[in-house]
Amino acid sequence: MNAKKADKIATAIIYILVGIVVLILVALLGFILISGLPHVTWSFLTSPASAFSAGGGIGDQLFNSFYLLILTLIISFPISLGAGIYLAEYAKKNWLTDAIRITIEVLSSLPSVVVGLFGFLLFVVQFKLGFSIISGAIALTFFNLPLLTRNIENSLNGVSNLQREAGLSLGLSRWKTVTKVVVPAALPGILTGIILSAGRVFGEAAALIFTAGQSAPMLNYANWNPLSGDSPLNIFRPAETLAVHIWKINTEGIMPDASQVSAGASAVLVVAVLIFNLGARFAGNYIYRKITASK
Amino acid sequence: MDAVKTELMKKSKASRQDQRGKLISLFCIFLIMLVVLSILYMITSKGLATFFENKMSFTDFFTKKVWNPSAKPQPLVGALPMIVGSFGVTVLSAILAAPFAIATAVFMTDISGKRGQAILQPVIELLVGIPSVVYGFIGLTVVVPFTRAVFGGTGFGILSGTFVLFVMVLPTVTSMYVDSLKAVPRFYREASLALGATRWQTIYKVIIRASIPGLLTAIIFGMARAFGEALAVQMVIGNASILPQDLVSPASTLTSVLTTGIGNTVLGTLPNNALWSLALVLLLMSLVFNLLTRFIGKKGAF
Repeated sequence: MNAKKADKIATAIIYILVGIVVLILVALLGFILISGLPHVTWSFLTSPASAFSAGGGIGDQLFNSFYLLILTLIISFPISLGAGIYLAEYAKKNWLTDAIRITIEVLSSLPSVVVGLFGFLLFVVQFKLGFSIISGAIALTFFNLPLLTRNIENSLNGVSNLQREAGLSLGLSRWKTVTKVVVPAALPGILTGIILSAGRVFGEAAALIFTAGQSAPMLNYANWNPLSGDSPLNIFRPAETLAVHIWKINTEGIMPDASQVSAGASAVLVVAVLIFNLGARFAGNYIYRKITASK
Repeated sequence: MDAVKTELMKKSKASRQDQRGKLISLFCIFLIMLVVLSILYMITSKGLATFFENKMSFTDFFTKKVWNPSAKPQPLVGALPMIVGSFGVTVLSAILAAPFAIATAVFMTDISGKRGQAILQPVIELLVGIPSVVYGFIGLTVVVPFTRAVFGGTGFGILSGTFVLFVMVLPTVTSMYVDSLKAVPRFYREASLALGATRWQTIYKVIIRASIPGLLTAIIFGMARAFGEALAVQMVIGNASILPQDLVSPASTLTSVLTTGIGNTVLGTLPNNALWSLALVLLLMSLVFNLLTRFIGKKGAF
């Protein structure tokens, strides 16, 4: 009898705790979307920010976020692919592999502010790049590398050994087998990982404050010369991203509508992460169906 | 004859290709290792400069309570307020998050069945991905006024930081613990139920006991995230580098002082070097958390 009563009480407590958690989650998402989405209009998304008056938008910040994201992925994907291939296909079970795994784990556990400070010291100060998109992209690469590498390694490990044996028995070199057979077979998983990491990179701010900077100079979107100062494509200009913008206007902003702008910008960030998450799911499934015979 | 001989002695095209490929992938690995080693080296050398170049006392750094590195003539670098602040928010948020995370994870694996999991899993994954500045913004507009109204004080302080971090680490800890609950073999549950144990007895005496290492790993992982979190905490903690007397007065953490200070000091001077020492503490703590999870993980593998 007693055990049954305890079971009932414990189950009730678990239900209450889970209820509170669900309530917090719903309230959190609801608050962001309900307080933010009304401010998100086309002009809010496209007009530049204003520092002192109400009515500024997030156009430049949004562009900077996407531009940094694309640059980061361009730099970090090849490196993680190579590293993932090594760990999944070539690494033997020895001390060297263990050491490699520990370093990658250490990199992934470093606080992003430490990675940002290192980027500041090395690229902004030592290499004299200043607060620039390229410094920010490299700092974000450091932050992104361990996750992407681990993801690619897992996707490659998920490919059946039969595929490798088939490739090798056709007389292909191991490298050709990996690049032409195993990597395409692992593509859905790799793509999912890239999109998920894109969501993380998109919202990162601590690593960017001291690398990509906190200012958004006026951009001229008609100027496509990547070397000129006001061109959006120039990688040596400082660039405030959306996440940094939210932080900045909340801590030292003096514009009268700071809380509306940050509510709108937060909603945009969360919706973007949501799209990345859903996109990761669908893209993986889609590619899988495309390249295999399954329906 | 000679042509055949050289052909045989030479490496085949395939094997040369393979060597090149292995070199390329090894190069990528060494690139990553180089990055990690240079991060460790640069932060360590910068962080130690306070003690070796500026001759500040090592024990004072960890025990003194006054942080004023630009004071003249005698600069004061007592990092205790920040260290206490960082550990305060980290430990409190972990203590607060643990019961909720345990309940949610157990609910997902052993109580609700497929349905609850199908709903909760995507939401938790989404929450893991929400950027920290968004949490900070919500902390500033919701949590700080709430704390001010309920607990008094300015609202800025360790308590608000704890609440924000609680919501931030909850999804991380929960999703990690769900994985380790799923790894508990099915026959543990079956054996316990077959002995006549109730569901709660099974959960409490068998499943949670068997997954203790996984639970610890998840909590430490959450603590590591809380300890290194910068912006969300910085926005709600009040940023006053004094030893916190209670939970509702402004305080500071290692990360909050770093984010506000690095831009306002000159590289190479003591105020700047002192900040790098804080970064070094942060780095060392993340290594400690890492070691702990490795140690526990080794003990707890099924």
